Amino acid sequence: MTSSDPLYDYIDAVSRALGLRIEDAWKPAVRANLEVSLRLARQFDEFPLPDEIEPASVYRV
Amino acid sequence: MAPVDAAGGWAPAHAIATAVTSGKISALDVTNAALARIATYDGKLNSFTDVVAERARARAGEIDSAVAAKRNPGPLAGVPFAVKNLFDVKGLPTRAGSKINRRREPAPRDATLVERMEAAGAVLVGALNMGEYAYDFTGENVHDGPSRNPHDLTRMTGGSSGGSGGAVAGGLVPISLGSDTNGSIRVPSSFCGLFGLKPTYGRLSRARSFPFVASFDHLGPLARSPLDLALAYDAMQGHDPEDAACVDRPLEPVTPLLGQDTSGLRFAVADGYFSKNLFPEAKEAVALVARALGITRRVEIPEATRARAAAYVISTCEGASLHLDRLRKQPEEFDAAVRDRLMAGAMVPAPLVDRAQKFRRWYRAQVLELFKSVDVIIAPATPCVAPKLGQATFVLDGVELPVRANIGIHTQPISFIGLPVAVAPIPLDPMPIGVQIIAAPWREDIALRVALTLERLGTAAAPMPERPEQ
Repeated sequence: MTSSDPLYDYIDAVSRALGLRIEDAWKPAVRANLEVSLRLARQFDEFPLPDEIEPASVYRV
Repeated sequence: MAPVDAAGGWAPAHAIATAVTSGKISALDVTNAALARIATYDGKLNSFTDVVAERARARAGEIDSAVAAKRNPGPLAGVPFAVKNLFDVKGLPTRAGSKINRRREPAPRDATLVERMEAAGAVLVGALNMGEYAYDFTGENVHDGPSRNPHDLTRMTGGSSGGSGGAVAGGLVPISLGSDTNGSIRVPSSFCGLFGLKPTYGRLSRARSFPFVASFDHLGPLARSPLDLALAYDAMQGHDPEDAACVDRPLEPVTPLLGQDTSGLRFAVADGYFSKNLFPEAKEAVALVARALGITRRVEIPEATRARAAAYVISTCEGASLHLDRLRKQPEEFDAAVRDRLMAGAMVPAPLVDRAQKFRRWYRAQVLELFKSVDVIIAPATPCVAPKLGQATFVLDGVELPVRANIGIHTQPISFIGLPVAVAPIPLDPMPIGVQIIAAPWREDIALRVALTLERLGTAAAPMPERPEQ
């Protein structure tokens, strides 16, 4: 199930790095959710912004 | 004493407070009546997870003592209210809709907003059902069962503040408090036919409430009248250093301004993104409001599609960060659907989250520019009326989509930048649906004034459902 799909490989790698245990039965749903997030992220990732723009989460002392 | 709560639970908070303050009704009688309604009807509605009867009666007794001693009992004297169970209530574990959190130690102190409501004379009667960890638009909960819509028990309340919608729409209490990260006050207000207020981000303290997405979390009230919303909102205003996002602004009471004429305001209906993905009832509700207010102008909120996408990604990532330890140690104890979304959120590459926050900055500037030429933007609150409980998908503009993730598509681009929004319920038959009244930052007064105008015109109203059979 996981050997030929780069996104499953990625999930396996990141879950190991984060110390998350993901049962095989959960992986299709995790993959589907991650795929949605990555697809939505493309919508703002491709949007050109100036280098100087601050993130909205600016910290003020 | 006069008959208790003669309207059988439908009396608005302002009428209760007036009657209690004048001594026509005792706060204890009002409280007992609310507790009796909860005992009688909540078995069907499933809006409450905790009832604090002893505490409520003690608090009501204090209000009655104040009235007897001619002391001012406060603008919400004797008004029963309840809070989503992510608010700390002294003596209760703050479950936040989860199985995991109910093993927490009982909260040592109430949330700031509970304290402020009670300081204004209101009486807390309990804590309310919600979607697990607020990652929800349905009001369904696998641990506590679904909140049920008082207008049709087979339908969703909307969420995640599901019990907050059901308890008020079902006439158990006149005011509830909820939280709204991506739409969780506005969605249940729409599905349950209530007025709801999501204030400006940073306006109301979130101290001692269980978080979800720090960038977007808001708290606010739901009620059956705009005046009740205003009274509750005014009671809760004020800086709180215990919430890092709470802004230190002077109090700006809206109740005295509520009756001001709204005809001089510059109105527009949101076009583009907000005119798509709508069932006919949502279009009808917006059209009714536009006709009532004489709105002909349409404006496009720029790049709302990308805004919704960025809100979605920030939510899943910040939510994953919040719950990372629980995901490591107790993954089986989550609602599986919530767990799988959060685990996926933990895997989104960090640069994408940063870019989402940078897009948020850009989008905020664009929308604030828009508000230089408009005071109020009208938009749908939900794409449809309340779906059936358990309904997994719906068809929007010809595309079958998951219900759970898409109910909030019209609310997310607004809370993304923290704009204040009042929801006005349009009492369509057979189910109500809400419309968003969106104002510029810190102008809750405008949103609430327009809600009151719509109520006075008869366009907006919180319909009273039949009581569920026992």
